[in-house]
Amino acid sequence: MKAIVKHRLFWPSVALLTLIAINTIARPQFILITVRNGELYGALIDILRNSAPLMLVALGMTIVIATRGIDLSVGAIMAVSGAVALTIIDGSAEPGSLGTVLIALVVALVVALVLGVWNGFLVAVVGIQPIIATLVLMLAGRGVALLITEGFITTVNSTPYEFIATGYLVGLPFALLISIAAIAVVALIERRTALGVLTEAVGINPEASRLAGVRARGIVFSAYVASGLLAGIAGIIYSSNIRAADANAAGLFIELYAILAVVLGGTSLMGGKFTIAGTVIGVLTIQTLEATILFLGVPSAQSPVFFALVVIVVVLVQSPRLHSWARTAMKTARTRGASDTGPRAKVAS
Amino acid sequence: MTKSLDLAPRRAATPSRYATFMSRRASLMPTFAAVAILLVLLISAQARFPKFLSPGNMSALLLDNAYLVVLAVGLTFVILTGGIDLSVGSVMAFTGILGASLLAQGIPAVVAVPAMLIAGALIGLLIGVLVQYFNVQPFIASLAGLFLARGLAFVVSLESIRVEDTFVLWLQRTRFNVGGWYITPTGIIALLAVAIAFYVLLWTRFGRTVYAIGGGEQSARLMGLNVARTKLMVYVISGVCGGLAGLLLTAYSGAGYPRNGIGTELDAIAAVVIGGTLLTGGTGYVLGSLIGVLVYGTIKKIISFMGAEQAWTQIIIGALLLLFIVVQRVIVTRSQRRR
Repeated sequence: MKAIVKHRLFWPSVALLTLIAINTIARPQFILITVRNGELYGALIDILRNSAPLMLVALGMTIVIATRGIDLSVGAIMAVSGAVALTIIDGSAEPGSLGTVLIALVVALVVALVLGVWNGFLVAVVGIQPIIATLVLMLAGRGVALLITEGFITTVNSTPYEFIATGYLVGLPFALLISIAAIAVVALIERRTALGVLTEAVGINPEASRLAGVRARGIVFSAYVASGLLAGIAGIIYSSNIRAADANAAGLFIELYAILAVVLGGTSLMGGKFTIAGTVIGVLTIQTLEATILFLGVPSAQSPVFFALVVIVVVLVQSPRLHSWARTAMKTARTRGASDTGPRAKVAS
Repeated sequence: MTKSLDLAPRRAATPSRYATFMSRRASLMPTFAAVAILLVLLISAQARFPKFLSPGNMSALLLDNAYLVVLAVGLTFVILTGGIDLSVGSVMAFTGILGASLLAQGIPAVVAVPAMLIAGALIGLLIGVLVQYFNVQPFIASLAGLFLARGLAFVVSLESIRVEDTFVLWLQRTRFNVGGWYITPTGIIALLAVAIAFYVLLWTRFGRTVYAIGGGEQSARLMGLNVARTKLMVYVISGVCGGLAGLLLTAYSGAGYPRNGIGTELDAIAAVVIGGTLLTGGTGYVLGSLIGVLVYGTIKKIISFMGAEQAWTQIIIGALLLLFIVVQRVIVTRSQRRR
């Protein structure tokens, strides 16, 4: 029992399960998953499907944070990749053909990859603080996206493109399959090869790991490249979902939600140890909370208040000062208990 | 007599004096660079558009960016201690809509304006307490502040609220004219904020403690400086500045709007950095932040003169930011090498 409670995924899982339980009690149909035409439907499936962009971004963020960095530009990269893909499809003769969509996807992902390389270059090669280095692209990226769409919200009608976010494959939403594949690939690379351990080493002490022969620069560099690429995929799913490239709204605040998901999952912002399962739970918690807030009838614009409270509670629970307060409180309670038994013992003697 | 004797060697020593000045005042370099960029921008804009440097246009530069000046002033305090405050844009939106809604309910400005400042101060206090007493990273603590303020803005009102209060409108509509130049009370408030911050940072115990914390928090503590109170105060100051910016923006646009200032925190951070304040803390000047905001405003104005996409503003500001960061990086490595 103690081992379960001590496990670092215990509290994140409890938070997620509590949210699901509250929702189920409030409206029992929440937990129901129905099968129609061999495809799964239900509130939980919706949460899984809608969480795909955040899941991808948060996976990249986990690796970047593990190297003691942060990537603020993911929202801007999402906006750029969506804008690139939709502008290509919009400008082509046959927006509905599979070939056009594939070309658009490849170009958009290459652009996202290049943006990730740019971040990695600034952080790993030039040696700029990650917050600031990625702030550059966070500012400029949205401008680039606006230029690509020429300031308009580009909308398209393309069945293959819409399939990415709304389609079903083997009974599951295609977007969910993408995020499952991404989780599997990241987990495989980071946990079944030495890369994960090396990433943690770089995050715990960059200098020591370099002296130990770890190629810290390459690892940090590739973390930003991975984050850029994942954000690019997220941007495509987002734009496919709304069938439009909105350079201003795409991925707005997603960097903040992604960081929140990583922290909720139990990965420290100080770098080092990271947990992919924790991030997955963190993302699902955020998405479920969002669904809960919507269900409560709170306008979605007001939901940041709830997230602020969640952030505050989470950081307070993690803070060393609160732990020492709890320890002293427990100690005084114990000593008081001991002094209570003292006189009684005397009476007995 | 003695003076004329002094002059000769001084003239001879000019180049080396220049060198010593540059090495001693290396921290001023980025601010000088910002001034140079501002001048280049203004002169080249004047060459392209003969009406650019007209008094009316230049006066509008301060008027349009008064809220950003105030935000940058507050942020300068935080960044000088080595922290960061992401919440400023949202605090501005929250206090703006709060003020507008209070005024719309018939509450006089004498009450509503202090309420805005206090609301900003409370959010700043929350961030400061999290940072100082619970060891939360400034980035995350102010992120909570950002979410909280943005959400609260929408709790106050989902729609924009028009302001009809005479005092608030007076702030914007009154123009004190000197020749073709004019300044509004909002502009005066912004410049006053800069002046007060300049005085406080350079000549008060509190201001010097801010620099000391940025230079090395541990050393500042060992020197017996009151680190905890100062760090708490810088976030409160940033919050109050957010509240003040909310007032200025409400006066400027004549309404409170909960969607105001999305991304403004980035503009403010960029302005502070372009103005020569090091994000690692300890080095920087509040006058530089004013210059940084003016650079930002000038770029925006040039782009609107050219009739180009406003998206270029973001791209150019991003590029400038990068340039300054690289310059700062070079300066920091140099000063480390000297040690």
